[in-house]
Amino acid sequence: MRLSIEEVRHIALLARVAMTEAELERMRDEMSNILDHFDVLQQVDTEGVEPTAHTADVRSVMRDDEVRPSATKEDVLSNAPRREDDFLRVRAVLE
Amino acid sequence: MHSSELTNLGVREAGDLLRRGEVSSVELTRAALDRIAEVDGRTRAFVTVTDELALEQARAADARIAEGSATPLTGVPMALKDNMSTRGVATTCSSRMLDGFVPTYDATVTGRLYAEGAVLVGKANLDEFAMGSSTENSAFFPTRNPWDLDRVPGGSSGGPAVAVAAGECQFSLGSDTGGSIRQPAALCGVVGLKPTYGLVSRYGLVAFASSLDQIGPLTRDVTDAALVLNAIAGHDPSDSTSIEFEVPDYTRALSGDVRGLRVGVPREYFVEGMDPTVEEAVHAAIGVFDDLGAEVEEISLPHTSYSMAVYYIIAPSEASANLARYDGVKYGYSAEQADSMWDALEKTRQEGFGDEVKRRIMLGTYALSAGYFDAYYLKAQKVRTLIRRELVEAFTRYDVLVTPTSPSVAFKLGDKTEDPIQMYLNDILTQPANIAGVPAISLPGGMAGGLPVGLQLTAGHMGEETLLRAAHAYEQATGWHSLRPEL
Repeated sequence: MRLSIEEVRHIALLARVAMTEAELERMRDEMSNILDHFDVLQQVDTEGVEPTAHTADVRSVMRDDEVRPSATKEDVLSNAPRREDDFLRVRAVLE
Repeated sequence: MHSSELTNLGVREAGDLLRRGEVSSVELTRAALDRIAEVDGRTRAFVTVTDELALEQARAADARIAEGSATPLTGVPMALKDNMSTRGVATTCSSRMLDGFVPTYDATVTGRLYAEGAVLVGKANLDEFAMGSSTENSAFFPTRNPWDLDRVPGGSSGGPAVAVAAGECQFSLGSDTGGSIRQPAALCGVVGLKPTYGLVSRYGLVAFASSLDQIGPLTRDVTDAALVLNAIAGHDPSDSTSIEFEVPDYTRALSGDVRGLRVGVPREYFVEGMDPTVEEAVHAAIGVFDDLGAEVEEISLPHTSYSMAVYYIIAPSEASANLARYDGVKYGYSAEQADSMWDALEKTRQEGFGDEVKRRIMLGTYALSAGYFDAYYLKAQKVRTLIRRELVEAFTRYDVLVTPTSPSVAFKLGDKTEDPIQMYLNDILTQPANIAGVPAISLPGGMAGGLPVGLQLTAGHMGEETLLRAAHAYEQATGWHSLRPEL
């Protein structure tokens, strides 16, 4: 199945990755080719088969609600690309 | 001892000499750092070399040895794949997105190895965010195979595998989502173990595909793998998927005796287009188990061939969610020129991620998107159930499965970079263990045209002792692990 350029553009928007027209075209070819290889799964009868999300015995892990040290403000801000005093600086959210 | 003798030592031998006072950790560490200075310009195994930290840790290790409280890893030089958090030491995932990122905490594995007194000599190169099979997807530089510098070391843990194969440290840790420890181990002629999912904490491992990722050791032999596993295995309250169990001494499993061991050889792992020299080497290896008194039988696991499709739907889907956190606000790369929040976010991700990472984010986003979720993601999860069920059932009749690790030996740099599917096919024999969550190990299983061939053994859930016993018996019978590349 060949994806349309609009579909690829929509996926790039959902993934929040900017792409040039050339990048979109290349991604369209590569994704279409890879998705073709996934068609093989349609041959498998999965009627009544439960999906597996995880192989571990996943269950809720509880602990007592006790005060304990967490990361310091300096630690949290130490890798921030843009910082002002004790705040993370971001671009305008509203136009 | 001469420097080259020191760098050739494995973990067990080095630990023995350290505790007997025949060598100091500072000497051993200097030998590793000298070796890195000598060969790493050619192999490029390391993203960061931590000379000062290493010597400081080595001096502390020598003090600990002197007071008699050394463990088997105290004073032994190691490398960590650069997707494991190290407090105060850059952790880049070999991505522009995390270039210069300095974690403020240690991964659980880092903390455990430090507590044992192991010495960190550096952070090793990988395919960006552990996505790839040749280490050519590193945003910084490719790593090269020490057996032939024109060839890839495999991936994504190419740096950790080469660091051990080239004598740049005694052991390393890698991570394995679809074969990323075992395939480079195979291509570089070292031992690589992917433990049972949940045996080793993932806390502080930069997440790729959370239901598949597992950390494990790369070492020169099986005994060393058992020693490192002793240190890193066990429950961690910070990782809710880590298993609560009593960690055994894995070295006690290495009896050398595999008489009566039930060995299955699944015929689906001998795939079309496989390198005939690899196939020959693996058939010879199977003969070794027969000679050692194991009961070898050919079996069929018909769902094996669906692994690649299942893997390349599930792993990118989980990756697309995990990598949503890279927004250029809290840490990491941030686009300079942008006029709004959305523009900044989209450009940050356009410029910060490489091609393969973008491909997987796009594939995963597609597979999870409205209208395609059932056909791709849910379908893959159901087939995952069938693959897992088939393996679980096989392990009621067999103790281990013996297969090749990779369909080929190390290939030339650039050979598979143009075609993602050709690259994805490198992992078809290693993915089933991740899909089912069971342990598997790759060990040196022969040579073909001067290049190492990897033999893969797989065991049932929590079957590490059986797995290591079988691997060790094979290793002792063949001695392939003692071959070293000349650099």
